[in-house]
Amino acid sequence: MSATDRTPSAEADVCVVGAGPAGALVARELAREGHEVVVLEAGPRFEDADREARMERTIRPAYAPDSVWKMGGPRDAYRSTGDRHYPLNAARVKGVGGSTLHWQGMVMRLHESDFRRASESGYGVDWPLSYEDLRPYYARAERALGVAGASDNPFAPPREEPHPLPAFEPSYSDALFAEACERVGVTTHSVPNARNSEPYDGRSPCVGYGTCKPVCPSGAKYDASHTVRQAEALGVEVIDRAPVQRLETGSDPGRVEAAVYATPDGTEHRQTAREFVLAAGGVEIPRLLLLSASPDHPDGLANRSGAVGRYFHDHLFAGMGGTLDRRTRQNHVGFLTSESHAFYDEPGRSTTGTAGGVPASDAALSAFKLEFLNYAGPSPVEMALSADDWGDSLLASLRGAYGTHVGMGGLVEQPPRAANRIALDRSTTDDHGNPVPDVQWSLDGRTRRTLERVNEVQAVVLEELGVDVDWRVGPENTGPAFHHMGTTRMGTDPDESVVRPDLRTHDVGNLRVASSAVFPTGGATNPTLTIAALALKCADHVAAALEPSASATG
Amino acid sequence: MRLSRRDALAALTGAGIVSGGAAATLARDQSPDANPDRVPELDADTVLDEETLATLVAAAEVVFPSDVSGITAFVYPYVTGKAGERPAFRDGVDAATTTLETYADLWRDASFTALGPAGRDGLLREMGVHTADPVPDGTHPERVRFYVVNELLYALYASPTGGDLVGIENPQGHPGGTVSYTQGPGGRR
Repeated sequence: MSATDRTPSAEADVCVVGAGPAGALVARELAREGHEVVVLEAGPRFEDADREARMERTIRPAYAPDSVWKMGGPRDAYRSTGDRHYPLNAARVKGVGGSTLHWQGMVMRLHESDFRRASESGYGVDWPLSYEDLRPYYARAERALGVAGASDNPFAPPREEPHPLPAFEPSYSDALFAEACERVGVTTHSVPNARNSEPYDGRSPCVGYGTCKPVCPSGAKYDASHTVRQAEALGVEVIDRAPVQRLETGSDPGRVEAAVYATPDGTEHRQTAREFVLAAGGVEIPRLLLLSASPDHPDGLANRSGAVGRYFHDHLFAGMGGTLDRRTRQNHVGFLTSESHAFYDEPGRSTTGTAGGVPASDAALSAFKLEFLNYAGPSPVEMALSADDWGDSLLASLRGAYGTHVGMGGLVEQPPRAANRIALDRSTTDDHGNPVPDVQWSLDGRTRRTLERVNEVQAVVLEELGVDVDWRVGPENTGPAFHHMGTTRMGTDPDESVVRPDLRTHDVGNLRVASSAVFPTGGATNPTLTIAALALKCADHVAAALEPSASATG
Repeated sequence: MRLSRRDALAALTGAGIVSGGAAATLARDQSPDANPDRVPELDADTVLDEETLATLVAAAEVVFPSDVSGITAFVYPYVTGKAGERPAFRDGVDAATTTLETYADLWRDASFTALGPAGRDGLLREMGVHTADPVPDGTHPERVRFYVVNELLYALYASPTGGDLVGIENPQGHPGGTVSYTQGPGGRR
């Protein structure tokens, strides 16, 4: 099949919607099992040869950030009508590779407690899976993504083997933070990164371009176009620029018959298959299910529970930073090397060190983690390109501005609430006439309190380090971490959830979801490793469903 | 600080341009004792003409810090290397330098290159280039800002030599490896 042949595959066993990390892994694994797989991707293919030019777009101020990966315009129209504006097109990429094209690449496992949130902490819900259920898939996911890490996080769940690649060395400023943290009793440790610390899986090691988010020109940072290439080598057909318009059921309303997709010339095609997997992210998956309403499914496909699109949640950012009276060596690389999960499972705990500590809090709080930035303060080249001056005057400004900044970040868990949701905005349509997603998003009291708690801990560390604090992100000015979760939640009760623990929808026998959309809760860790683990699990279930005996019984 | 053709190669490498004809020629011509102030001889099929390159060098003498030397040896190969790989850039920089010369002719009755550094600085400011947004298809000042001033500043400050001026030897945009970020001031671990 040529790159421009966008006609349906005649022999597909499986149709996957979305060519991001979940879709790529599902497709690759099923192809390895000998199944015929077709992937429908709404966005285009991006040539590797253009990566440096895209990097230049991120640095030079002439270009809008969303333009780096061609987001925006009628295709990507949306509304944000909740209490908090949600900048959706900054939060996703449509194309072969999906949002891993612009992600930062932090990959850690959820904690064991995350799977028992309601039982242990009294808010949210429990997952219908345990950490032990996902543990082998986590190991496979780490190998698939090529995770560089160390087993030095005393708060992380148990591992059965080292990470595939050695961790990146800590940064110079990590050492400054580590000493200050130790003096106030806060343990620090390495960050697992989905970027090569040495050659791995045919990709080069990191060469330090410093623009990881939104572009890694070297290919050292994992993105799902890598897995897509592996899948295609195994025979998977990937049809790009083919947004799925709706899923159609046939004579049996409990099974999907075809995915109807459009091509750039405006033609609609029907891709039939035995099994369907939705892997288009936490916004487009519920939107597609809602767009697939029919007489047999008047509220949208797989939506008997009414939960499709609901329980949308994200991670919230909290941060604080400023300047020191010494050089801090920032902006050499674009990724993080140290963080702290010291408060993850006990967000209100106190700490004690040789120079004081963090006071306890008895407030009802969510999980959070702390991050130590390697790119605090201005990037000299970016600053130069936006200055109103040049020559010696510019150089003096750059020397005055660069060199002494530090910063801390943090991710806060947001409890899922039904009112936060992805709905359809029928007053606005995309380039194919479909209602656009309406993001209804707001913050709850627990999340606000936890953001304040993060700032409290950060203030203790920065004061001990001697930082002159000049910025703070807390409840008033926080924003999302661009982790779309919860909109087709997993559970055992078909009246409360959309998919079962095997990731099959309760209502539709041959439809599964591989995405953070199925997360019942999101913990406070970056979600992509868990997305990858669930995708591998999903592939196993699809493969089992394709077995002749399973097929015969439906 | 003296810029060199080696710095130009580093800047081109950061931009992903390592295989073009000009870059290849540059890579072959790395003799350390080469005169850095020498005006390189252009191939007959070079993608930019002598006047365009001279205008860019004249602009660089204004927008680069005054203690930077070797500008010709840096600008010529960088710009021709990039223009050879990116036709849209070639056309844009060609048009922007023509615009700059046209303004110099109309407002100063002289070539931009003949104005001297203070005169060039004054002309650019009078055009509003210092406060213009860099827009590749924008107004005259916006295009000069994008294709001349910002292109030159990008080449300089995204290179290790330019970064060193500020105190960062591996600036954003340069593939300087994963050692420097672990080191303290002065290369201490």
